[in-house]
Amino acid sequence: MKVSASRVIFNIVNYTVLALIALICVYPIIYVFAASFSAAREVNMGNVWLFPKGFTLDAYKQIINRDGIWVAYLNSFYYMIFGTIVNLAVTICGAYPLSKRDLDGCRVINMLIAFTMWFSAGTIPLYLTFRDYGLLNTRAAIIFGFACGAYNFILLRTYFASIPAAVEEAARIDGASDIYTLVRIVLPLSLPSLATIGLFYAVSRWNGYLWAMILLTDDSKIPLQVVLKKLVVDMSGHAENMSFGARDTSQDMSEETVMFATMVFAIVPMLVLYPFIQRYFVKGVMLGSVKG
Amino acid sequence: MLAEKNIIRMKNRKARLSRIHKNKQLYLLLIPFLLYYILFVFRPMGGMVIAFKDYSVYKGIWDSPWVGLKYFRDFFSGEYIGRVFKNTIMISLYQLLFGFPLPILFALLLNEVSCKKYKSFVQTMSYLPYFISMVVIAGMVTLFLAPTNGAINILIDKLGGEKIYFLTKPEWFRPIYTMTNLWTGMGYSSIVYIAALSGIDQQLYEACRIDGGGRLRQAIHITLPGIMPTIVTIFIINIGNILNVGYELIILLYQPATYETADTISTYVYRIGIEQANYSLSTAVSFFNSIVGFILVSIANYISNKVNDVGLW
Repeated sequence: MKVSASRVIFNIVNYTVLALIALICVYPIIYVFAASFSAAREVNMGNVWLFPKGFTLDAYKQIINRDGIWVAYLNSFYYMIFGTIVNLAVTICGAYPLSKRDLDGCRVINMLIAFTMWFSAGTIPLYLTFRDYGLLNTRAAIIFGFACGAYNFILLRTYFASIPAAVEEAARIDGASDIYTLVRIVLPLSLPSLATIGLFYAVSRWNGYLWAMILLTDDSKIPLQVVLKKLVVDMSGHAENMSFGARDTSQDMSEETVMFATMVFAIVPMLVLYPFIQRYFVKGVMLGSVKG
Repeated sequence: MLAEKNIIRMKNRKARLSRIHKNKQLYLLLIPFLLYYILFVFRPMGGMVIAFKDYSVYKGIWDSPWVGLKYFRDFFSGEYIGRVFKNTIMISLYQLLFGFPLPILFALLLNEVSCKKYKSFVQTMSYLPYFISMVVIAGMVTLFLAPTNGAINILIDKLGGEKIYFLTKPEWFRPIYTMTNLWTGMGYSSIVYIAALSGIDQQLYEACRIDGGGRLRQAIHITLPGIMPTIVTIFIINIGNILNVGYELIILLYQPATYETADTISTYVYRIGIEQANYSLSTAVSFFNSIVGFILVSIANYISNKVNDVGLW
């Protein structure tokens, strides 16, 4: 096949543009890693570009000395692990019965859930609900107050509905109950879907900061994202009071590198999950765009 | 006649009761799920009545006195309504202008890549930012744009320009916000187009090539019509969501100096509600926003169904 000259030029331009886009997507993250391992002086002078300059673990040593960050890091894992387990359990409990079209009441419930995707009560009514239940500043609020997402629910329900009825029929003829069928037959068949929504939940649990910030007041309960949020806000407030150039950029220790290191802590678990996320992610997004 | 009807009705009821009895385990399973929705989703919706009440923490929702539309009037005659509406719509328009077409363009460019490995590599990199938390993203933006030692300003300085304290300049807020969102969401938003592109029948291209159609002709006559329904649907959804600008990122990036261009309906609701504890006013504003937003999305969905046969529901 002959390839025209214009086609070759197009390909060169296209491959270059795409390489640039990939670079733009990844570069800020690389920079954060590089800066976190660099001497504060080098970061402040703008000498860090791709690799750490004046390699040091000072920023990480500082973090180790701040108890708050470790506690928050463990809290983040706590909320991610237990939150995701509760999310999966509640979503399965809803999605399995409601995937049965002949279940009485199923249509009404499904419509109500779909409605919640487009209409929400808003921040304050939800906040006051937590307050009325006495759940302010409790871990339970975070774990149980966000136990199911309508989007993930629809994803799983769609999948359950696509399992051929014959599979479950066979079990039922053998006298298996609904719960037994779900646990022993349906769930093992649904592992890829469960992995997909499990990862979606885990990511949103890990990355969530807003409600943790609103609901939790004890330092012993807040997750890493909230600590980081405080650092970010302090940073911009701090910078605001500073006139240009008044800052001594040659100092060896700075809040910046500590922030970069904290950001690395927040990013790493997602990077570890990323190969798995990657495998299921596209499929999940596509499934979700099917009419619920 | 009447007796017969009654018998049929009773039979139906009996059949339903026996069905429910047969499915009792399924209903049992539903309990935790329904409990969550009732306690944490529908109960707060009931709590929206405080928009019509003078809510006081001590009296609770039910014993607080009714005030009718007082808080809605307060909002509509208040000094911020013009600002928050304008900003909400402007940010949505920026989003529509950049956040909408660029993922399509990106998908089209990817589609022209014949090397599978390169294609999946670029795609994988492109949705990595989607998994980075808002706080980390805001942290990056704040640090990169810092006035004295931020990477961007150092670069500007080296190129001989004047350093700018971006995050305090109202005229910079929308571009920064839009670019940040684009960075986070472009790869993610392109997935649906990439899927639509892969669904196009390859024989169509073959036929076009035999007819002597070049790459450009193929793109205009086959590729574009192939993803048009997806484009139209996403566009309509975007229009429907014009009032629903999320506040998670904005509250991390804005500051009083930039409220002028950065304060949207949702951030206003957050600020007067959570920070100033003016619960009734905050709820009134979000109630209004939810209703109008819901109507807009419904209209968008209706149009999408009409035009495309695909909609959200």
